Amino acid sequence: MTKPIVEYKDVHKSFGDVEVLKGIDLDIFPAEKIAVIGPSGSGKTTIIRMLMTLEEPTDGDIIVDGKNLWKMDKHGKMVEADEKHLREIRGDIGMVFQHFNLFPHMTILENCMTAPIHVKGEKKKEVKKRSIDMLERVGLGDKINNYPSQLSGGQKQRVAMARALVMRPKIMLFDEVTSALDPELVGEVLEVIRDIAKNDDMAMVLVTHEMDFALDVADKVLFLDDGVIAEQGSASDVIEHSENPRVQEFLSRFRS
Amino acid sequence: MNYWSFERFFEAWPYILKGLHITVGVTISAFLFALFFGLVWTFLRRIPERHINWIVTWVMEFIRSTPPLVQLFFIYYAWPEIPIVGVTLSPFASAVVGFGIHFSTYIGEIYRSGIESVENGQWEAATALNFSLLDKWRLIILPQAFPPTIPMLGNYFIIMFKEVPLASTIGLTGILHMANSFGSEHFNLIEALTIVGIIFLVLSYPSARLIKKLEVKLNTRFDKNRVIEPIE
Amino acid sequence: MQDILSISQELSRGLFVTISILIASSLFAYLMGFISGLLRLSKHTVIRKFTGLYIELFRGTSLIVQLFWLYYAIPMLFGINLGSNWIIGVIAIGLNYGAYLSEVVRGSVEAVDDGQTEAAIALNLSSFQKMRYIILPQAVRMMLPEFGNYTIQMLKGTALVSLISLNDILYYGNILRSSNLSQAPLIYLVILIFYFVLALPLIFLTRKAEDISKKGVAN
Repeated sequence: MTKPIVEYKDVHKSFGDVEVLKGIDLDIFPAEKIAVIGPSGSGKTTIIRMLMTLEEPTDGDIIVDGKNLWKMDKHGKMVEADEKHLREIRGDIGMVFQHFNLFPHMTILENCMTAPIHVKGEKKKEVKKRSIDMLERVGLGDKINNYPSQLSGGQKQRVAMARALVMRPKIMLFDEVTSALDPELVGEVLEVIRDIAKNDDMAMVLVTHEMDFALDVADKVLFLDDGVIAEQGSASDVIEHSENPRVQEFLSRFRS
Repeated sequence: MNYWSFERFFEAWPYILKGLHITVGVTISAFLFALFFGLVWTFLRRIPERHINWIVTWVMEFIRSTPPLVQLFFIYYAWPEIPIVGVTLSPFASAVVGFGIHFSTYIGEIYRSGIESVENGQWEAATALNFSLLDKWRLIILPQAFPPTIPMLGNYFIIMFKEVPLASTIGLTGILHMANSFGSEHFNLIEALTIVGIIFLVLSYPSARLIKKLEVKLNTRFDKNRVIEPIE
Repeated sequence: MQDILSISQELSRGLFVTISILIASSLFAYLMGFISGLLRLSKHTVIRKFTGLYIELFRGTSLIVQLFWLYYAIPMLFGINLGSNWIIGVIAIGLNYGAYLSEVVRGSVEAVDDGQTEAAIALNLSSFQKMRYIILPQAVRMMLPEFGNYTIQMLKGTALVSLISLNDILYYGNILRSSNLSQAPLIYLVILIFYFVLALPLIFLTRKAEDISKKGVAN
C-alpha cells in the first residue's frame, strides 16, 4: 500500500478562545482527490490553510512527505519551524484562493512566471513557454498580456489555477474557489478543475459548496461539523447515502 | 564659546513660557478664522458655474501651494502699503489672518470631503420624504457630514499650532520669539530652542494621540455594521 | 511692468538655492521615509521603538524650531562647522518630512491586501522576494500622491532657509523690500508667483499620481 503524502495527527486550532478544529486526523494519498464539505464556520478552510502554512496549528502535527511541517529538529530537540524549514516543504504545495489574490501590478503571464523564476530559479525562457501552455490549457491563451483588472471573475480564477500549476505542486488546495463568482461564471472554473483532476496526478483538496461537483470529482468526501470530521467516505457514501442526521440536514439546504 | 548649561536651561523656562499664551492664542484665533473661511470656500465651490468654479479652485490652489511665511510677510509688510484698502496690522492680527487664510483652503477641502462622503441615497431619501432644501441640509446631510471631519479638523489644529512660530519673524512674541531673545541675551540659544521643542512635543503629541482615539471611536460609531452598545 | 521685470530679475538670483535645496531635501526625505517606514514594520521591538522616537520627535515639533536647533546644535554637538548652511537646511527639511513620509510608507505597505501576502506565501516566495516583487510595487503606487503632496509642502518649507541667511528667492525679496518699502505689495506678489510656478509641475504630477495610484493595486 502506498504511503500518504500528508498526514494530520490530532490537529487542533483555536482563534483566541474559540476552538475551530478539535482534533483532525486525516491521510491524503498521492493523486487522491478529496472534497471537504460542511456548514460555514465548521473549520473547513482552516484545515487547508494550515497545510499552506497560513495558519499555525495550536496542537498536533502535520506530516508532509515524512517531514513534520510545523516542527523541526534542532540539536535533537523538536522546536517551532523557522521560515527556512517552512519554505523547504511548502514547495510541494499549491493553493487557489476564494478571492483569487492575483497580483494586480503584473500581467497574467507575469503572474504565472514570477514564482518559478524567483523561487525555483528556473530559466525565464522555459518558464515562459510553460506558463503560456498552462494559460492556453485554462482557455486564456489570448489574454496573456492583459492585467487582472481586465478579466472577469471566472477568468481571474482560471489564471490563479494556472499560476499555481506552473509551480508543479504535488498537492493542490482549492479554497471555495467558486464562491466569490457570479453564478454564470462558476461552470467555466469547475470545468478547468475537472480537467486537472482527470489528467494530472497530483493530490487535490477542495473545500467546496458544489455538491454535484464533489460527487463527480472526489474520491473521498469529508463532512466537517463543529471542528471534527463527522463523516467520511466515498463521495456517494457521504453525499447520497449518509444516515448521519447532521449530514442530511446540511445537504437538504442544497436541494430545492 | 558655545556649550550646554543646565543653569541656563532652567533659568530660561519661566522666561519662554511667558510667550505661550500668545502662541496658543494665535493658534486658536487663526483656527476659528480658518473654520469660518473654509465654509466660504466650500460655498463658493458649490456655485454651479464653470468659470467661477475654475477661478475658486485655482485661487485655493495658489494659497495652498505657496509658503505661509511669504504670505505672512505680505500681510505684515505689504498690506499697509496698498492704497485705499491697506491697513497696518499688529503681528498678532497678521498671524491670525495669515494662518487663517492659508489653512482655510485645507479646511474647505475637509468640509467638501465630509459632504461628499454622505451617500447619494441620503439625498434621494430626503427628496422622497419631501424635505425643504434647508431641512435636507440641517436634518439629514450635515449631521452625517460633520462628525467624520472632526478628527481631520483636529489634526489641522495641531499642524497650525506647529506653524505659528513662523510668526516670530514678524515680531510675534510667542515662545520662539521669547527663546530667541533669551538666547541672544545670554549668548547661547541651544537651551532655549530645546525648551521650545519640548513645549511643542509635550502639547502636540498627546493631542495627536487623543485625536487618533477619537477617530477610531467615530469610525465605529458611523460604521454601518456597528455593534450598538447598550445605554446604561 | 518694468518694475515686475526688475523684481523678477533680482528674485531669480535666489532660484538656484531654492531649487537645489528642494531637490536635495526631497531626495533625503524620500530616503528617510522609506528607511524609517520599513523599520517601523520590523519584527524587533527595539528597532520599531527607536524609529518611532525619531518620527514622533520630528512630527511633534516645528520645522522652524528644528532648523534653528540644528543650526546651533550641529556645530556645538560635533564641534565642527559643516561649512555651509545649505547642508543644514537640507538636513532639517529632509529629517522633518522624512518623518511624515515614513508614516505614508508604513500605511501603504499595511494597506496592501492580506491576500497578496497569502498568495506570495502559497507560491513560496521568500520574505524579501514578497516585499520586493509583490508588496512594494503596489505600495509605491499608493504612496505616490502623498509623496507629491509632501513635496509641495517641502517647497513651501524651503522658504525658511532664508532665516538662516541662505540666499534663496525670499532672501532677495526681503532685501528688495527693505530698500523700497512702498514696493512691498508688488515684491511679495511676485515672490508668491515664483513659488506657485515652481509648485505647478508638482501639482500636475500629484494629480497624475492620483490616477496611477487608483490602478493596479489590490486593497
